[in-house]
Amino acid sequence: MALKCGVSFMRLAQLHKTIRCLSTRTRPETINNGGSHAAFPGVKAPYTTEIKFLNEHSYEPIPIYRVLDNNGEVIDSREEPDIDNDTLLNMYRTMIQLNQMDKILYESQRQGRISFYMTNYGEEGIHVGSAAALSPSDLVFAQYREAGVLLYRGLTVTELVNQCYGNHEDPAKGRQMPVHYGSKQRNIVTISSPLATQMPQAVGAAYAFRRAGSGRVVTCFFGEGAASEGDAHAAFNFAATLNCPIILMCRNNGYAISTPTSEQYRGDGVAARGPAAGLHTVRVDGTDALAVYNAVKKARQLAVCNTPVLLEAMSYRVGHHSTSDDSSAYRSTDEIQKWTQEESPARKMRLYLERKGLWSEKQEAEQVREGREVVIRAMQRAEKEKKPNWREMLHDVYYDMPPILLKQMKQMESHLEKYKEHYPLEQYQDEENTA
Amino acid sequence: MSLLAKKLFSFGGAIKNVNKNSIRLSSHFIFHPDNEKPIEGETKKMNMMQAINDAMDITLKNDPTAVLFGEDVGFGGVFRCALGLQEKYGKDRVFNTPLCEQGIAGFGIGLATAGATAIAEIQFADYIFPAFDQLVNEAAKARYRSGGQFDCGALTVRAPCGAVGHGGLYHSQSPEAFFAHAAGLKVIVPRGPITAKGLLLSCIQERDPCIFLEPKILYRSANEEVPIDSYTLPIGKAQVLREGNQVTLIAWGTQVHVLLEVAQIAKDQFGVSCEVIDLMSIQPWDEETVCNSVKKTGRCLIAHEAPLTCGFGAELAATIQEECFLHLEAPISRVTGWDAPFPHVFEPFYLPDRWRCLEAIKNLVQY
Repeated sequence: MALKCGVSFMRLAQLHKTIRCLSTRTRPETINNGGSHAAFPGVKAPYTTEIKFLNEHSYEPIPIYRVLDNNGEVIDSREEPDIDNDTLLNMYRTMIQLNQMDKILYESQRQGRISFYMTNYGEEGIHVGSAAALSPSDLVFAQYREAGVLLYRGLTVTELVNQCYGNHEDPAKGRQMPVHYGSKQRNIVTISSPLATQMPQAVGAAYAFRRAGSGRVVTCFFGEGAASEGDAHAAFNFAATLNCPIILMCRNNGYAISTPTSEQYRGDGVAARGPAAGLHTVRVDGTDALAVYNAVKKARQLAVCNTPVLLEAMSYRVGHHSTSDDSSAYRSTDEIQKWTQEESPARKMRLYLERKGLWSEKQEAEQVREGREVVIRAMQRAEKEKKPNWREMLHDVYYDMPPILLKQMKQMESHLEKYKEHYPLEQYQDEENTA
Repeated sequence: MSLLAKKLFSFGGAIKNVNKNSIRLSSHFIFHPDNEKPIEGETKKMNMMQAINDAMDITLKNDPTAVLFGEDVGFGGVFRCALGLQEKYGKDRVFNTPLCEQGIAGFGIGLATAGATAIAEIQFADYIFPAFDQLVNEAAKARYRSGGQFDCGALTVRAPCGAVGHGGLYHSQSPEAFFAHAAGLKVIVPRGPITAKGLLLSCIQERDPCIFLEPKILYRSANEEVPIDSYTLPIGKAQVLREGNQVTLIAWGTQVHVLLEVAQIAKDQFGVSCEVIDLMSIQPWDEETVCNSVKKTGRCLIAHEAPLTCGFGAELAATIQEECFLHLEAPISRVTGWDAPFPHVFEPFYLPDRWRCLEAIKNLVQY
């Protein structure tokens, strides 16, 4: 209507009609427009005659959904999820296993046994809560701090440890740094170090699922730091505009290496961007595994009907960013204390299970011991295994090895023939895996 | 934690006997410190991280428009190159940005467009690619497309690059050739603390946007006596680090040290005299110094960590054969990373190490 009015105005002006004629023909329309909704294609919104800037205080902060209090007590019994006892125990055992794996692999890096490691402390609740609520056939795009999701999905400690050692049992053939896991069998796409790159990819995968009518959804994990990347914006926008069956799962753990959230974004966190992008959005207490479970369960119900969801799970990165980081350079140990005590996700879950009579001190001690032994045994085995044959360096670059790589492989073969004493060949398999 | 440490100690003992493999490989090169000082005056022992810190300190002190920013730069950056600078110059001059490389590059271009001196840090060169559009389409072309009205020459982008022993795919890359291909950008790689300080100060003062790639393995392992005063080293000038008359060896960054060692081995083991050139400036590169050397020696080896195909060695080789064709006694040889992503556990087989370079020298001489 506005356009039509403008066109008629121009035409009339060109025809040198009288001012009076112009004003009588256009004024009534302008007045009518004053109170109605605009017809701009870009947005459906009412008109206003008042200039009013909106800011981060214009809206109430998005509340944080929780089920458990800090003592593991259910706050509102209607919200207690209906999870069978075996699943509850599996969730908690995974948390213990994850903690033990983190402790020992972190130390093993310090001893020079592996080159790098990243712990998951403080975010165990997000891992097991989400993994339990998803279907095992749902595809997961992870960032790098979601080892609990992998464990819950059934990847063994041995598989994870083999990846960290980069031995020939590592399905990724030792090519990536430690903690860059992946498992086709368990529907977990191999992790890549660059941040947020997985986000639009996850949306694309979800679109493919939708078209295939597979009933599968995609869950994409990312940090609040990664959410600053351009790829994050692309993912939100694509997910919404293309109605993809995806759960975009932000782990807001307060820090991107040293950068606190106060320097990462302004406004009401990552969740606030969801409604703005047209995503169904919920914020949840990531230290409460049951809250995460409920939220992801509901999110999955939406996603499977092609309603994309953004979920912001609040937590705290208790450990250093990685073994390359010393967080004492930018935060106090007092600050961490609270998150290892009353806000510990494992502790909350344990107290809940104890209240239900499903867990005891004795079981705790046994589980911790067993969890540790599993990791140590896996390490002992992993250390004995050789690294893959060096030729694996040049495989999988392309589906078929192109002539230039074949040439380079031959060059290296004849070089190693001549100079073998200068290369650590004894640490690598003699022959390529034929499997 | 202490209990855990004890437990670890006990199992550590148990597996010691079966494990001879997990000792991390020693670094693939020996650092050769510079003997010559670029300027007279007082020097101080610095590693490359400290020398870069010093160059930025001097800039922030002398240029009130200068700002330094990037991911985690506030507390000094993950490699600590900005250590103490926020305390010294304040949070509005040395600061963290949100985690967004395209943002960092674009923000830096804007600063430079508005007359400020911008020193942007990309945490790893491997993560510079989201900024590729800003750097290649914007920074590189700003002067050209405006007919010289606008430019962003006051932008310097620093990024740690190269092999480090355990960096794998995404903490090891050397992307110099990508940027050398974008007319309008200058690309610089230092080989140690002295060159890092002088070249970084040049880049910051340079009238064109510069990509300053810092071989991260040198941050702490490379120590030199660095002049404490401000000095610059010319961009576009290579340095002849060792004179010889049979083979010209060309490299930049860490690889210079591999070639210096190889030149000595070649001399000691089979009496071959090698001339070693540090290109230092990838774009523009010093054709005169390189071609004069190759005309003298008649043989040339170029070595770089980046893959062979379209690596900067290809550009050098093409120009050298054009300029020195009748002087060449053998085809120009390239020893480089293979045409594969940079692999974690295969790093010892991937790098253009001393033995691959030595073999190439033998082949050049026996051609």
